[in-house]
Amino acid sequence: MHRLRSAVGIFATAFCAAGVALVLLVILGYVVREGIGALSLTFVTQLPRPVGIPGGGVGNGIVGSAIIVGLAAVAAIPIGALTGVFLTYFGRGALAATVRFLSDVLSGIPSIAIGLFAYTALVAPLGHFSAWSAAFAFAILMLPVIITTTESAIKGVPRELYESAIALGVPPHKAIIHVILPSARAGITTGIVLAVARVTGETAPLLFTAFGSQFWELNPNNPMAELSLQVFTYAISPYRSWHQQAWGGALILIAAVVLMNLAARLLLRPGIGRRVRAPLAS
Amino acid sequence: MAKSEELRSGNDIGCARLSDEAVTARAIAATKPGQPPLVRLPATHLVAHRGRGFALCVHGATAIFLALVVALFVELLWKSRLAIETFGLSFLWTSAWNPVTNQFGALPFIYGTVVSSAIAIVLAAIAGILAGAFLAEFGPAWCTAPLSFLIELLAAVPSVVYGLWGLFVLAPVMRDYIEPGLQKYLGFLPFFTGAIYGIGMLTAGLVLAIMIVPTVTAISRDVMAAIPQSQREAIWALGASRWQGFWMVVLPGARAGVFGACALALGRALGETIATTMVIGNRPAISASWFAPAYSLSSVIANEFTEATSQLYLSALIELGLLLFVISVIVNGLARLLLWTVFRPAGD
Repeated sequence: MHRLRSAVGIFATAFCAAGVALVLLVILGYVVREGIGALSLTFVTQLPRPVGIPGGGVGNGIVGSAIIVGLAAVAAIPIGALTGVFLTYFGRGALAATVRFLSDVLSGIPSIAIGLFAYTALVAPLGHFSAWSAAFAFAILMLPVIITTTESAIKGVPRELYESAIALGVPPHKAIIHVILPSARAGITTGIVLAVARVTGETAPLLFTAFGSQFWELNPNNPMAELSLQVFTYAISPYRSWHQQAWGGALILIAAVVLMNLAARLLLRPGIGRRVRAPLAS
Repeated sequence: MAKSEELRSGNDIGCARLSDEAVTARAIAATKPGQPPLVRLPATHLVAHRGRGFALCVHGATAIFLALVVALFVELLWKSRLAIETFGLSFLWTSAWNPVTNQFGALPFIYGTVVSSAIAIVLAAIAGILAGAFLAEFGPAWCTAPLSFLIELLAAVPSVVYGLWGLFVLAPVMRDYIEPGLQKYLGFLPFFTGAIYGIGMLTAGLVLAIMIVPTVTAISRDVMAAIPQSQREAIWALGASRWQGFWMVVLPGARAGVFGACALALGRALGETIATTMVIGNRPAISASWFAPAYSLSSVIANEFTEATSQLYLSALIELGLLLFVISVIVNGLARLLLWTVFRPAGD
């Protein structure tokens, strides 16, 4: 009896694990099967065309994604990484606990609420949609990921390293910049990659910040196309040819996000990028 | 020579006299392993004393971060004041949503969000906790490592991809097979009655469940793996089978963390926008049937925000966002609290 229950229980856990993995494979398989037909050189390099005219692509969306995510990363990386440093070598007591708690809470706040904030802070006062506002929303979404991973990466560096640098007469801030941060580089980079991956697939805040565009748009002051937004727009449209393009866009998105996650994983593998450099030798 | 004088002389590293900080540090460095340190290192004091520029950057960045979070909340509160003043608390239980007559009530959206997330969390909790148990307890290493990897990738798939799949693959399957089946065999329940559309509350719940199950699985696995091996060995030594050991030791021990995992996943489901918008049907009505189209807080914002014509309409939509913000802060705060009890650093 016990043996039977044990077998049934363990089988149920294996069944669930296999089921969850199977769902992923089914979804991935569908995206690849439906999307591969849409992929072509013109698809990734051309502008969208009106319904009924064959061809056209998501080139401006890919460029737009790169611009918006890039701008967000430029803002979020220094703020996030320095806040992570604050949590390890500067902050104490209630303040550090508050920052940590708020970072955790921020990571759970729906992206659409952050999009609303970007709208009320940057779109409504200026009177027009812009890539700046989208980048602002994305930067806020990236912050908690970067803060948390930076904090844990720095905590992973033995404190003795810091103390020995100090003992050699290195000023503390230089010990952090030249000893601790280089040693934590792999972890911090992983966090950045994960944060970029997180916002690359994000759509909701773009609806009322970047807004989308039919043209090549390089000026962040204007509304801009973005790949995941294009996928959404095409998917809910009533046109078959656009659905096909939505699958193609989804395939590009999924490939980008999966590659970034693989990169993050490789970075964290022991032995790669984990070596402590000797930055003190001059 | 006094110990401190010995430490102060910096000749050996080409420095005439060392500052107080360096002396403290050298004292620590001079401490032999196993001995108590000669001087405790007051790290913060040290850092604050030198490198003002760097310290300024660090504190400045933290201040910007804090300001952003506070501004996020204040801004949503401030911009929704018009709706709050006009409708008061009755906003929460009014179900009229009529932009033409400026009547706004959040009830259909709260209902849609709560029910779809509830369906999602029940399904995801069952599948995710069991899958996590397999990965942490029962599975052989050759299959748990790739499975864990796959499941973590599932967490990274963009929500618009889930929405796309839900809309074009899952919804037709629901319409043609699953929902008629449910109606046939469970039609006595009010949830499984009425017209079948394919998109609706149940499909949204299912897509959300697929989206959050990796979160439940991955965190449950970590929480269970954190239970000390000695506890398992103790109950095995008493004659328990592996399943009994799991049921009597691992699961009770991991309870708080598993609840935390579920709360975290629930938070994600409550705030999910794009996938929900694509499959929930977007009709602001409260219906007992899960086959019927519904609407959620996040999807009404996504659909109507850029089309809001009056100030009050805009304000009501922002208040929905504020509601979402408050709910997710509560749910996530609870999740972090529960997880903290499992993963808290020793000595804290």
